[in-house]
Amino acid sequence: MRLPDGVTGPPGADGAAGGEGGRRDFLKIALGAGALASLAAVLYPVIAYLKPPKQAEVEVTSVKVGKLAAIEKDSGTIVRFGSKPVILIRSAAGDLRALSATCTHLDCTVQYRKDLGVIWCACHNGKYDLTGRNIAGPPPRPLDEYRVIVQGDDVFVSRKT
Amino acid sequence: MSARWHKLYGWLDERVDIDELVRFMGKKYVPVHRHSIWYYFGGVTLFLFIIQVMTGILLLLYYKGSEQLAFESIQFIMSKVQFGWLVRSIHSWSANLFILSAVVHMFSVYFERSYRKPREITWLTGMLMLFLGLGFGFSGYLLPWNELAYFATKVGTDIAGVVPLLGKPLMLFLRGGDEVTGATLSRFFGFHVAVFPGLFTVLLVIHLLLVQRQGMSEPQGLEEGESRQTMPFFPNFMLRDILLWLIVLNVLAILAVFFPWELGRKADPFASAPAGIHPEWYFLFMFQSLKYIPSRVLVVDGEVLGIGLFGAAGLAWLLIPFWDRKSARGIRNRTISYIGIGVVVYILLFTILGWLS
Repeated sequence: MRLPDGVTGPPGADGAAGGEGGRRDFLKIALGAGALASLAAVLYPVIAYLKPPKQAEVEVTSVKVGKLAAIEKDSGTIVRFGSKPVILIRSAAGDLRALSATCTHLDCTVQYRKDLGVIWCACHNGKYDLTGRNIAGPPPRPLDEYRVIVQGDDVFVSRKT
Repeated sequence: MSARWHKLYGWLDERVDIDELVRFMGKKYVPVHRHSIWYYFGGVTLFLFIIQVMTGILLLLYYKGSEQLAFESIQFIMSKVQFGWLVRSIHSWSANLFILSAVVHMFSVYFERSYRKPREITWLTGMLMLFLGLGFGFSGYLLPWNELAYFATKVGTDIAGVVPLLGKPLMLFLRGGDEVTGATLSRFFGFHVAVFPGLFTVLLVIHLLLVQRQGMSEPQGLEEGESRQTMPFFPNFMLRDILLWLIVLNVLAILAVFFPWELGRKADPFASAPAGIHPEWYFLFMFQSLKYIPSRVLVVDGEVLGIGLFGAAGLAWLLIPFWDRKSARGIRNRTISYIGIGVVVYILLFTILGWLS
C-alpha cells in the first residue's frame, strides 16, 4: 500500500517501525490459537460423541443352564452367559465342561463337531480339543474356561475365579 | 414443438452459455485402437452406481434399520411389496456387478499405465471409490441382519481391531460397542445410506471432471507406429455406451429374476457360526489367505501379519503413479506388468480355493 507523502499509515501496517513486527506476530499467534481453539471446541465433542457409551450391564457370575438329564452325551450346546455365548460340552463319557464359545481368532462362535470330536470354528477352520486348547488352524489362544457346577439335577455355569 | 425447444434453449443459453458446453462436447474424441474396449468399463460402473442409488432409495421406503425389524422388513419387501423381490434382488446383484466392473476398470487402467502423469489424481479418486465400494458392500451386507452377515461383520470388525494402536478404538467406533449388536446395524445403516454416498459423489464428480478435462488416456506404446484413429464422443461413443448399458440392464434383470438373492436365516448372537460360512466373493481371496497363515509367525500374531501385509499391498497399489517413475517418463516398465499379472493370478487362485473349500 502506498500512502501520499506526509501521511503515516496505521502502526504495523508495513512493519517498518520497531515493535510493530512484534504486534503483528502477536495478532497472528492470537488468531491462530483462536482458530485452533475453535476447531478443538468443535472436534472434541464430535469425537467424544462417536465413542459409544458404556452400557450398564448386569454382572453375570453364574447362570442356570438346565437339567443334567436333558443334556445329551457327546454334544455341545451354546448357552447365554450375560451377553457372551458359552459352549457347554458333554463328552461321550458324560463329563461336563464349559468354555467360552467365542473363537480367539476373529470372534466367530464355535461349535462342537461330533464327527471329529473337537470344537470347531466354521469361519476359518480353527480347531480346539475338548479342554479348549487350540490344536489346529489360526486360533492364537485356547478358549477361556468356565466352571460347571452340578447341584442335584441342575447344571450351572459360572465364571472361573 | 421445435420452435418451443429453440426458445427454451435460447433462454438458457442467454443465461448460462450452453453453446460453449455443446462446442466442448463436440470436440471430445475417443481414441480407437485394439484396447478401446476397456474404455467402456468406467461407464458401466457408473451406470451400475446409478442403479444402486435408485434401487437403494426404493428400498429405503420400506427398510427398517433395527435389530428387531431389519430382517422382517426385508422379508416384507420381498413377500408383500409389489416388485419388492425384484428391487431387492437387483440391488444385491447390481452391487456385485458394480464391484466386478470397477475391478475390471481398475486393472485395465493399471495394465495400460493410464494412471501415469498427468492422471495421478484420476487414479487416486478411482481407487478411493473402489475402497468405498468395498465399504458399501461390507456395510450393506449387514443390513438384512441375517446369520451370514452377522458373522461376516463380527470377523470384519474384529480384523479392524487387530490394527496396532488405532485398532481397538476403531473397532468400538464401527461396532458401536464391544459386540456386534443393533448399535452396529444403526451405524452401518448410516454409513451405507448417508456417509458413503456423500463421499462417493464428491470423488465421482472429481473423477469425471478430470476425465473430461484431460481426455481419454491412450495406452503406452501406442503413441508411435499405430495410426491414431479417433471416434467422436458425441454421439458415436455415447450411443455405444448406451447400448452397452441396455445390455447390462438386461443381464441384471435376468440375474435378478432367475437367481433371486436369498435372505437366509435371521441372525442369532447365541448360535454357532454355520458351516460353509464365507464372505462375499470380493473378500474371498483375503479370507482364504487368513486361513493359511498360522497362528504365530516368529513373534507376530498370524492375523496381525496377514492384515498388515494386505494393508501395505493396498497402500502400495493406491500410490502406484508416484513410485512408477519409468511409466511417468514414457519408458516401458515391465516390472509393472509382472506385478500386475502376479496380483491377478494370486487373487484368482485364492478366490477359487476359497470357493471350493
